[in-house]
Amino acid sequence: MVTPAKGDYESIPITLEAKKIGDAWDPAKDEAAGEQCRAYGAPAIMAVPTRLRISWQDDRTLKVETDAGTQTRLLHFGDWKPQGGPAGWQGESVAEWERGRGGRGASGGSLKVVTKNVRPGYLRKNGVPYSASATLTEYWDVGAERNGDRWITITSLVDDPKYLRVAYVTALQFKHEADGAKWEPTPCSAR
Amino acid sequence: MRLLRLSGFALLAVIVSAPAFAQFDLGGHWARRSNQDDMESGPGPDPVDYLGLPLNAEGRARGLSFQYSAVSLPEHQCGYLSPFYIVLGPFGLAIDRVLDPVTARLVAWRIGGWVDRDVTTIWMDGRAHPSVNAPHPSGGFTTGVWEGDTLTTYTTHLKAGMIRRNGAPLSDQATMTMHFTRHGDLLTARAMIEDPVNLSEPYVRSRVWQLDPTANFGNGLSAPCEPIDELPRAGAGDIYPHYLPGRNLFTNELTRYYNLPQDAVLGGAHTMYPEFRKTLTGYQPPEVCKRYCGCGGLGVACITDGSGVAQGGR
Repeated sequence: MVTPAKGDYESIPITLEAKKIGDAWDPAKDEAAGEQCRAYGAPAIMAVPTRLRISWQDDRTLKVETDAGTQTRLLHFGDWKPQGGPAGWQGESVAEWERGRGGRGASGGSLKVVTKNVRPGYLRKNGVPYSASATLTEYWDVGAERNGDRWITITSLVDDPKYLRVAYVTALQFKHEADGAKWEPTPCSAR
Repeated sequence: MRLLRLSGFALLAVIVSAPAFAQFDLGGHWARRSNQDDMESGPGPDPVDYLGLPLNAEGRARGLSFQYSAVSLPEHQCGYLSPFYIVLGPFGLAIDRVLDPVTARLVAWRIGGWVDRDVTTIWMDGRAHPSVNAPHPSGGFTTGVWEGDTLTTYTTHLKAGMIRRNGAPLSDQATMTMHFTRHGDLLTARAMIEDPVNLSEPYVRSRVWQLDPTANFGNGLSAPCEPIDELPRAGAGDIYPHYLPGRNLFTNELTRYYNLPQDAVLGGAHTMYPEFRKTLTGYQPPEVCKRYCGCGGLGVACITDGSGVAQGGR
């Protein structure tokens, strides 16, 4: 929830090259270059303190918005092919149901999402880098609790042959809220 | 940094229901792969680090009274942490099937214990939970059901203990629900603790493991624990190490190390939510990382522990 100190790489299996970049992290430079959204790209955004707003853009595209950094991820189902255009913060995501039918109205199982073609950014806000070669694989699972709460658990693997020695594996959880009363879009921040 | 790991809430316009099939094999050796919270899992959290814990006033007061020396008392030396520690601890999981010797049907899953956590048996045969007056064993009492391709477990009869390994309390009235889901060779568990005594809201954590048939966990149950007098006065029986209200020596520990305001350090449900970030406007992190900087394995000098001293080759 707060930006870690420069040089804090705890829990991330970085390479030496990544450490050099992290050691040189300068948020003022990112701000000057208009790169404040480096820590809001797909490999990092779900770990940012944020709310999600999820809706179907069309029958084959799930839209995931974050209020932190005001980002939008598009998860494409079916036979959608990556466009291969200029890399963006959220890259290009192909989604499929691991068990069940795909697209809108899917009847169950985990949602697997593979994201590539990401614009280089930060895995952690203090400048721990991921490269354009990074691949994000996610498994989204929805479940209910005995008290009626509903949660999404996202198991996430980031592979990056340049900056990670092994995959960076995390699991995060999001709780369903009754309405959008707490939805508060904010711009990216480099600090 | 630690706050960064707290998850926000989600607005879910799309929810899917799970199918009534596709159970998976939970058995095997699962190595911990989660790249989260290494410090909490390994060396342990700082004292009075209640960030992100939905402690109520009673839970916070009890936590602040905790003194580590209490664990050295002979009557506490052989105590175990609760089953919630499955998603907090540093070790892998060794999970076995328990089969009915006659029918060979699966009766339970058994999650092997660690040196500081007892065995957790997940009964799958439909048995009821014991009476509320039944004893509370170290491993609690757990039943499980398949909900589609997710194993959901429910644990009662926990012993009073810690919800975080720094004395943040867990009462014997707490219950735990876990959800195990497998993706290829990855196993993810989400655990929710509800404690009407110490928490104002449920507390949720997740963890990932990876199937590793070659694993040789050296972390199973230790040899039978034998209490001894570890401290000169610990066996005297007339002292229970604790802090009186307002006298805890570590309430400013995280403020000193990370510039965090004490409102954040002392936790509470409000520290779990994204909007808590607004109260931290103007926060200035330490100029550079000075402890638990975590670049171990790179073969370069790096601060890998709380000493503040860079050590080479780790």
